[in-house]
Amino acid sequence: MDFLAEAPYLAAVVPLGLAVFLFLFGRLLGKASAWVAMLGPLTVLLAGVACAVVVLGGEASAAPAPYVGGMVSSATWDWMVQGTMVITIGYAVDGLSALMLLVVGTVALMVMVFSVGYMADDPGFARYFTLLSLFTASMTGLVIANSLAGIFVAWELVGVCSYLLSGFWYRKPSAANAAMKAFLVTRVGDVGFLLGIAVLWQATGSLDLAEMTAAASGVAAGTIAVASALLFMGAAGKSAQFPLHIWLPDAMEGPTPVSALIHAATMVAAGVFLVARVWPLFEASPGVLQLILVVGVFTAVMAGTAATAQNDIKRVLAYSTISQLGFMFAALGLGAWEIAMFHLTTHAAFKALLFLGSGSVIHGTGTQDMREMGGLFKKMPITAVTWIVGAAALAGIPGLAGFFSKDEILAAGYHEQLWVVVLLWAASLFTAFYITRATMLTFFGRPRGDQHAHESGPTMTIPLVILATLAASAGYLATVVAELLGEEAHALEPPVAIVSATVAIVGVAAAVLFYRSGLKADDRLAGALDPVWRAWEHAYWFDGFVQRVVVRPTVVFATVLYEVVDRFVIDGIVEGTGTASRWFGRGMNAIENGDVQWYAALIGGGVIALLAVSYLIVMQDQLADTISNLGLW
Amino acid sequence: MSIVTLTSLLFSIGLFGVLTRRDLIAVLASVEIMLGAANIQLIAFAAARGEYGSGQSLALIVLVIAAAEAAVGLALLVALARRSGRTQVEELMEVEG
Repeated sequence: MDFLAEAPYLAAVVPLGLAVFLFLFGRLLGKASAWVAMLGPLTVLLAGVACAVVVLGGEASAAPAPYVGGMVSSATWDWMVQGTMVITIGYAVDGLSALMLLVVGTVALMVMVFSVGYMADDPGFARYFTLLSLFTASMTGLVIANSLAGIFVAWELVGVCSYLLSGFWYRKPSAANAAMKAFLVTRVGDVGFLLGIAVLWQATGSLDLAEMTAAASGVAAGTIAVASALLFMGAAGKSAQFPLHIWLPDAMEGPTPVSALIHAATMVAAGVFLVARVWPLFEASPGVLQLILVVGVFTAVMAGTAATAQNDIKRVLAYSTISQLGFMFAALGLGAWEIAMFHLTTHAAFKALLFLGSGSVIHGTGTQDMREMGGLFKKMPITAVTWIVGAAALAGIPGLAGFFSKDEILAAGYHEQLWVVVLLWAASLFTAFYITRATMLTFFGRPRGDQHAHESGPTMTIPLVILATLAASAGYLATVVAELLGEEAHALEPPVAIVSATVAIVGVAAAVLFYRSGLKADDRLAGALDPVWRAWEHAYWFDGFVQRVVVRPTVVFATVLYEVVDRFVIDGIVEGTGTASRWFGRGMNAIENGDVQWYAALIGGGVIALLAVSYLIVMQDQLADTISNLGLW
Repeated sequence: MSIVTLTSLLFSIGLFGVLTRRDLIAVLASVEIMLGAANIQLIAFAAARGEYGSGQSLALIVLVIAAAEAAVGLALLVALARRSGRTQVEELMEVEG
């Protein structure tokens, strides 16, 4: 395993090779392709363990900023050489990369094992695992890249994988549309990312993270602020932060394990990772950090409330993910990037668990609508118990993963800006409430709808159990995570922790009491909170707002471009050349009449014309000679 | 200079005949006039340069080729006359292929 610490790029190369292999031979392998594909995340996980061992053992060499925790291994190659302009590409594995390798490897492996059962009857089985391998390779590349160029390439690759996997059932129009929406909305952010890279390239002359960070100290603060704001735009698009959050709930059209891997644990967390990766830039821009804080807190509250009124179990989890990512960005905005990374880690464990749990439920019942579930606890005991562990971790019940990481965020807010902590407590209250509501509606009460639910097979329940163990225990890894990131671990802050715990328990208890009556509670709440509940149900109608303010004007503009500019101007020019040629041809046709004497006359006329022209040219030269001889020139 | 005038005139007369006569025999004859003009020109220029050889031999070659051309042309004319009984230029407009 030591060789993986020396050559951690294998963690990206192996899954990539497997993706190519499965692309070529996946259909021949059939079901076996899943077990082949699992070698990819297994390599990533082992590389993560090997690198983490090196960092924790203090054997890593000193690392320049922005790398943290010590450098395990790195290498750089010239990629594009244009005269004096050299763009390098390479990898650098530090503590932060090692942590991300562990997260990506674990979740990807669990998701692949789970998918063996979940996707068993799908005709696109091999294609699915090919794409998962490609995603694993891209995500690994993203976390070990040592330059913004490399990160951007991997960033777009995970975006493509997200597009292909969200639209995996591409014959379904809603899935194809959702995939396109996800791609287009994140592209808005990516434009910012690319511009940010350009600004940094211009200002520092390098895209290599270490060189760039070193050169950034000599750059005007305003330039750095602009660049980091643009980078944050990319991060907000990828991590579904307001106002670019609208793609994530729709991306739930993809297979549920994909949602667990891409849209909960890894890719959507890439934005948080990006900010942490280039942290020195953000640290130097307090204004941008304040913007990140506001966006994060707003998103956390907005999505937390929206999750409360969703009926589709996956949409509850999607809004929950947006809300939790808001928590992470709030932590970043407070300057506590290591806490954001800690929350990212614990969130990856319990949210992947919840998504896989919902996948198990959907697999068992054949529906995503919680109104058609209920009373599944007895029929799916393993799923139910593991789900409850994940839900409790998300809600922030003391002792479980979410409690510790969320508490650290709240403690940071408590010390920095009090309004943050108050709003985040509110968001936590909603978190506890909506996830308990989902639990009650799904697993408890009387069964609703026609269902022959059954517990899922071992390939699906074993990952659930493993992830449940992690979701329960990841909170105690705070010191390990902090050490990986080269930071001090934060101790629990009793006053904050007590309030947080109370908030979580109150939220859970309220939801349990309310939803003992099942769906009736929804009606009562909807009646009591009428306009508010409907706003939550429609996520504040933001989608419609975007539809009206952005999408429709764009479509109208595009239609005008097509109908007027394209059809009249461009087509006019193109077809005009054709028409002109045809008329010219008709004209030329008239002189080709078969009369040989007419041809001879044309030839004769042509010769005379040529003679005349050459004679004139000769005359002109002579004229010029004459004039110059006269000395007038 | 006078020879150039003569050959220019002969050539123009021949060209005029080629372009205007409707009878193919007359057209062929006009072509012969143009060739004659070219031949005279060749010999005249050769003489003017004080050379005796290249111009004259070229003229002889032209004569031979003109004879061959006339043979082919007249043969075509005969074929045309057998086909339609006429030797007018318009007949050629019907020829295809």
